[in-house]
Amino acid sequence: MPKRTKLGVSAVKHLAWLTRIDLTDKEAKEISKQLTKILNYFSKIDEVDTSGVEPLYHPLEIGKVSRSDEPTPFPADEILKIVPSRKGRYVKAPRIA
Amino acid sequence: MTNIDLRSAKRLVEAIRLGEVSIVDVVEASLNKIKELDKDINAFITINSKKALAAAESLDTKLKRGEKVGALCGLPIAVKDVISTAGLETTCGSKILKGYIPPYDATVVAKLKEAGAVIVGKTNTDEFAMGSTTEFSAFGPTRNPVDKSRVAGGSSGGSGAAVAAGMVPLSLGSDTGGSIRCPAAFCGVVGLKPTYGSVSRYGLISYANSLEQIGPFAANVDDCALLFQCISGWDPMDSTSYRNPPKVESSKICRRVAVPKEFFGEGVEDAVARSVWRGIEALKDGGYVVEEVSLSTLDYALPAYYIIAMAEASSNLARFDGLRYGLSLKSGYRDWNTYFSKCRAKGFGPEVKRRILLGTYVLSAGYYGAYYLKAQKIRNILKTQFQQLFTKYGLIAGPTMPTTPFKIGEKIEDPLLMYMIDINTVPPNLTGHPAISVPVHKEGELPVGLQIIAPYFCEERLFQAAKIVEESLRRQ
Amino acid sequence: MDAKEDLDVKIGLEVHCHLTSLKTKLFCRCPADYYNKEPNTNICPVCMGLPGSLPVLNEQAVKHALAIALALGSRVSQKMVFYRKNYFYPDLPKNFQISQYDKVGGLPLATGGQIRLKDKVVRIRRIQLEEDPAKIVYEGSISTSPYALVDYNRSGVALVEIVTEPDLTTPKQARQFLQKLRAILEHLGVCNCDLEAALRCDANISVRGGYRVEIKNIGSFKDVEKALSFEVTRQKMLGAKRGMETRHWDDVRGVTISLRVKEEEQDYRYFPEADLPPYIITEDLIAETLAAMPELPDARRDRFIKQYNLPHQAAEILTSHKSLADLFEKSIEKYRSPLRIANWLISDILGYLNRKDLDPSTLKIAPEDIAALARAVDEGLINEQTGRNLLLKAATTGKRIEQKIFAEVSKIGDEATIKALVDRVFKENEKAVKDALKNEKAINYLIGLVMKASGGKTDPHITRSVIVAKLKQLS
Ligand SMILES: [Mg+2]
Ligand SMILES: [Zn+2]
Repeated sequence: MPKRTKLGVSAVKHLAWLTRIDLTDKEAKEISKQLTKILNYFSKIDEVDTSGVEPLYHPLEIGKVSRSDEPTPFPADEILKIVPSRKGRYVKAPRIA
Repeated sequence: MTNIDLRSAKRLVEAIRLGEVSIVDVVEASLNKIKELDKDINAFITINSKKALAAAESLDTKLKRGEKVGALCGLPIAVKDVISTAGLETTCGSKILKGYIPPYDATVVAKLKEAGAVIVGKTNTDEFAMGSTTEFSAFGPTRNPVDKSRVAGGSSGGSGAAVAAGMVPLSLGSDTGGSIRCPAAFCGVVGLKPTYGSVSRYGLISYANSLEQIGPFAANVDDCALLFQCISGWDPMDSTSYRNPPKVESSKICRRVAVPKEFFGEGVEDAVARSVWRGIEALKDGGYVVEEVSLSTLDYALPAYYIIAMAEASSNLARFDGLRYGLSLKSGYRDWNTYFSKCRAKGFGPEVKRRILLGTYVLSAGYYGAYYLKAQKIRNILKTQFQQLFTKYGLIAGPTMPTTPFKIGEKIEDPLLMYMIDINTVPPNLTGHPAISVPVHKEGELPVGLQIIAPYFCEERLFQAAKIVEESLRRQ
Repeated sequence: MDAKEDLDVKIGLEVHCHLTSLKTKLFCRCPADYYNKEPNTNICPVCMGLPGSLPVLNEQAVKHALAIALALGSRVSQKMVFYRKNYFYPDLPKNFQISQYDKVGGLPLATGGQIRLKDKVVRIRRIQLEEDPAKIVYEGSISTSPYALVDYNRSGVALVEIVTEPDLTTPKQARQFLQKLRAILEHLGVCNCDLEAALRCDANISVRGGYRVEIKNIGSFKDVEKALSFEVTRQKMLGAKRGMETRHWDDVRGVTISLRVKEEEQDYRYFPEADLPPYIITEDLIAETLAAMPELPDARRDRFIKQYNLPHQAAEILTSHKSLADLFEKSIEKYRSPLRIANWLISDILGYLNRKDLDPSTLKIAPEDIAALARAVDEGLINEQTGRNLLLKAATTGKRIEQKIFAEVSKIGDEATIKALVDRVFKENEKAVKDALKNEKAINYLIGLVMKASGGKTDPHITRSVIVAKLKQLS
């Protein structure tokens, strides 16, 4: 089990990069304090012995769910209509760094 | 008719069917009430007056022609703003979706329309349903109709308050960790979190997709049941929706109620405990057998819940990047990493950022096992304990919220303190069981909700028990 | 680089194959066929990642992926679980990909299995089902375009990812592996590998126990060999001491370029996709898929050897291209000359295709024509070289071979044959010759006799002129 040290500013900044949220140094500092406190609370789960227990990702067992391979086209223009920036029918995006 | 009481859906349907009032009358009454009250309450983000009246007119015409109009027969309804409505702005209470107009209806919305309901507006919510007071909305907090200095609960605070204030007879919320039951308890109305998989999530903008369900709010149990009937059922667009829910045989244990002592932990206010016990006594009077039990894992449900919810949220909210819909930044960032980062920084509020960051953390290599995986194991233990309890008891009961509605701003500075109030509502989200909150406070007191939890797909059993509580308290 | 084992080199491949015979995408009902479509026409809330949309699994995709797994002898999981692979990229509408995983409790569709090359067994690590991202296009060049343009028609199309163990030791082996895999996919009928981007490949390579280098964006089989050869040389000269690295294949310049150097694996934060329940793969489904399994390249090769007496090498080459093997079988159905036709297809047709960098499936030659040419050569109507020339002409022009071409060919080469035939007919039919000398119309009867003697193969015009000339001599 990894040791739970505090979530420092650089760790917060790394997380922010992973999830693409630009943070100022001030925000990162504030968030670091808050997240450290919350993480310490989360450590409470260490008290539970979970050896031999399977994780439960889906609350209820559903079994096999699938559909047939029959197309039902969607009116694409209804979606294009809401795209903020377009070039012709293309969605315009900033370029790859 | 000028003075239409919007607090009983059943009575309104009757009145409409008998021709005592027209659908336009009822919808107008609802819109007027919203206009009159919502300045102070802020239950709505978007009001759909024009389209609602047009829909009402066409329903009236149908009715006159003798055509079928559906079980909700023109009733005005409010829909939480995390549920997609075609052609009607859907913001999730966030700046990042300001101006977003979905090109499709959520399955529940299509079902509402089929049942003849009229959507009068989209209700306020904590941003992306992340919160317990609706204070984290980018459009300002919703105020509790009972006491406007207090929170309405959350995250479906708008939907709870709209019903409580008599603006609509029915509304839809979503419940990921108590987001229907909490505002139901705080506003003094009835709210149901259905069994996971009994109501389609297609079109519900995900916060934590393995935990949440759309569910009904109403001023009374019968109306709540009516709305649940209309929105539940299998949906081929949602792979987690149940096609053939198992038939539950009723038996002797149906009327046996377990009350876990952990539900009355240290944070529970005396006023809450008192009212909740009054509700439980009412069940006893109604022939239920009540026994106190212990469910040790309940203490760990809250951290497990938040770990899982944040993990899922971090992934679910990744799609909001300013490219295909919603907020976009005009100042041209040439590279997309910068663009995404600026856009998301601008669009998301503080609580959403916290949860995304922490969710990213608990899924990271090196921490996955200690947090996410461990939490999912605790979830399994909890489910097993619930299932074991349900071999002996038909229901589990306790306080919905540990406190009565507190003052706006009271807990907003301390995220952890805020999370703590979800302590009793999160277990059924982890296990997928249905749970209802029914008011048990006395007239003039701050609202308190009794939470009742049932085995999978036993919503009917919840309505029966809740109705006994409701009737008993009405007589007192 | 030859095919000799290079024990210093370890190569593993990660192949992405589109299930092109599906009608819809993996998780939504949009039409899957995105080739030559206007941008962003086959899109819906699901494959555009609109808020609130949910995935529903295409059952046929499971069946096709299962067929691949069984064809490669992989162990099929009792159930498969979809995982989210989280990373940000403008072509990824949800900023995560629904994929599968074999760690942290993940269960991909299948694990294990192998592909047999001539003198090498390449082990398969895992086979999984996942969705394809969208397509990014640039105006002008990738380095000068001021922005990227995204077309989501491809977003959500079903992919099968096949990952090998690092068993390959030469770039040529890598190419052979891909060819074999391709033949298997084609025989299964699940992937039209010809279509642009239908089969894509990333390669991992380490030299002399150095760090693993990943090469992305390799467009064709030839390029896989080229990129790997480049990389083997580069690493042998420079080493790969900088740590794990991802490089990009620049097919124009023929070099690999460094994309990023990283100390550890990128953190994709894999976790189970709760919107999709685990999919139980029943014994029935496996049995059903096995029962419907078509003949695969190895079996077909062995049958060719037995049934048509082909040499092993020839059978191997033919069956490594489904369309070529099909053309072979259809041709010899019309005229059974297996050796000659196999030889033509391999040395002439395949040689031509390789020179032109074309795929056998693009051939527009009719099996009837191949059969007719082979027959014409066998019957001495045309010689072998002419037959091959005509075949190649048909292959390059894509035009049918007209029947009169055989006659035209014989006119030039075989006038002597006709003369001999006429002499014989004249000798055997003295009465008819006499009639013809008296009555011009009776010439036709003589022509008919010659035609009959030649089995109808002689050109009527030449025959007539030969007869007329001979009659003149006699008169
Ligand atoms: Mg892949
Ligand atoms: Zn689609």
